[in-house]
Amino acid sequence: MKTVCVVGASLAGLLTARALRSQGYGGRLVVVGAEEHRPYDRPPLSKDFLKGVIGESDLALEGGGEQQDIDWRLGVAATGLDATARRITLSDGTSLVADGIVIATGAAARTLPGTEALRGVHTLRTLDDARALRADLATARRLVVIGGGFIGAEVAATARELGLDVTLVESGEAPLAAVVGPTMGRVIADLHERRGVRLVRHAYVTEVTGTDRADGVRLADGTHLPADVVVVGIGAVPSTGWLHGSGVELGDGVLCDEGGGTSAPGIVAVGDCAAWYDPVRGRHHRVEHWTGARQRAAVAAATLLSAGTARPEPARPAYFWSDQFDVKIQFIGHAGDADTVTVEEGDPADHSFLAAYRQGDRLVAVLGVNQVRLFTRWRRHLETAPVQTG
Amino acid sequence: MIPVCPLASLPRGEALRLDVVDPPIAVFHTDEGDILAIDDTCTHQDASLADGWLEGCEIECPLHASRFNLRTGEVDAPPAKRPVRVHQVVVENDVIHVVPSDAPPNLPPGVTLKGQA
Ligand SMILES: Cc1cc2nc3c(=O)[nH]c(=O)nc-3n(C[C@H](O)[C@H](O)[C@H](O)COP(=O)(O)OP(=O)(O)OC[C@H]3O[C@@H](n4cnc5c(N)ncnc54)[C@H](O)[C@@H]3O)c2cc1C
Ligand code: FES
Repeated sequence: MKTVCVVGASLAGLLTARALRSQGYGGRLVVVGAEEHRPYDRPPLSKDFLKGVIGESDLALEGGGEQQDIDWRLGVAATGLDATARRITLSDGTSLVADGIVIATGAAARTLPGTEALRGVHTLRTLDDARALRADLATARRLVVIGGGFIGAEVAATARELGLDVTLVESGEAPLAAVVGPTMGRVIADLHERRGVRLVRHAYVTEVTGTDRADGVRLADGTHLPADVVVVGIGAVPSTGWLHGSGVELGDGVLCDEGGGTSAPGIVAVGDCAAWYDPVRGRHHRVEHWTGARQRAAVAAATLLSAGTARPEPARPAYFWSDQFDVKIQFIGHAGDADTVTVEEGDPADHSFLAAYRQGDRLVAVLGVNQVRLFTRWRRHLETAPVQTG
Repeated sequence: MIPVCPLASLPRGEALRLDVVDPPIAVFHTDEGDILAIDDTCTHQDASLADGWLEGCEIECPLHASRFNLRTGEVDAPPAKRPVRVHQVVVENDVIHVVPSDAPPNLPPGVTLKGQA
């Protein structure tokens, strides 16, 4: 292989580029990124960066003095791909032909149709989004957050800590319920309510009101929630538009085998844009967490360099963290597989506890809330348990 | 030289945090039988590495999974970017001691030494 092109200059792209070098790839390495920034860390954008505790230089993913001999093409997006010729067309009108391609274009925030032109309505995915939201929150009094997923719940908590009046509108039973399940979702709801976030559950947003600038959110039951700023946190969609018609097979993301190989030879995909086949669960799915990209980068690099003959180790179960108020939330596994949830240690009312999710007597997921040391032990227990397929 | 604990009270695979020094030091007894000491505070954020996952001669941060080498202090991959300091360990009369490094620590943003807040 003489030329490898990585498309997407964020976590997954950077780590795969590094892994290619550390696995001995010595050819030309081009990294194309639509954003103008060098790779930066997204999790703080809804937490310490939004709060103003850390600055932009703290977000850099590269250490000082790092030398990987990479040809960076930043501020340029890939607009198309011919998978057979392995030719990538770029937004500056040029094109690139590579022997190996890494697709690492991540995901983009889902928007609420009809709100694009209103000022004061934000989504949060990029550094530019975070700068704009931070500036807008500085002069705002009332914030309405639509969607109680991670980003919505974190922005609500941060804004509350900044002293804003915050309402969180959730279509389901509780924030994070989709991931931690309804029982533990209610514990997260309690945390928010006790810290002064107004929660509106089972609510459906019909409209963001305002003419030039948003002034509130209307719900299906007619309620109007006044707001100076509205944050839309309704999930992310994989950034795969540039791959339509390329010959690379797509589903919810780029469909990959368990080593990250796509349907096209010489092309792998990794990170939030990629739906790897999961042999344990018997289907493809995307893992939209930091550690998912981190663990899979080296595997994707090995798959590319070995032309698919490398035998990947089974991926660890998905692990993620979230910081809300002074609470560290850690989760591993799949709550949806569980039929029981039990508190093993601590007390949910104190917001310091560990909960185990089981299917029959098999541990399938663990939630830790302000229980870092104990969570490590349980996580180890879960990860080293024999893998059951089927 | 600071006494930590009797050798017998830190079994293999275990870690402990020494809080009498600032910033705190983490002492590990690896599965291979080595006793090694590094700064306890991760260089990324305020996490205690003694709470992390010990594997061989590496400790994985309990929060965001950067791994630090216990012999060199080097970190393998982000989010942490800077190494931790390593401290010398001396076992004398079956008691573990550490000799703290006199290099400046790489503390994460927002964490300061006591008395310098
Ligand atoms: C606000 C926020 C908070 C988060 N908090 C947590 C957390 O607490 N814990 C956790 O586990 N995870 C968290 N995540 C998720 C985590 O950040 C992602 O899983 C991770 O960023 C995925 O990395 P990636 O490289 O696959 O994709 P991304 O980081 O999305 O990067 C993809 C890159 O590709 C670029 N790109 C897209 N299309 C093109 C194109 N056509 N051509 C060229 N470049 C393109 C994009 O501009 C982007 O820079 C958070 C995410 C956000 C946004
Ligand atoms: S706190 Fe250690 S890696 Fe983030």
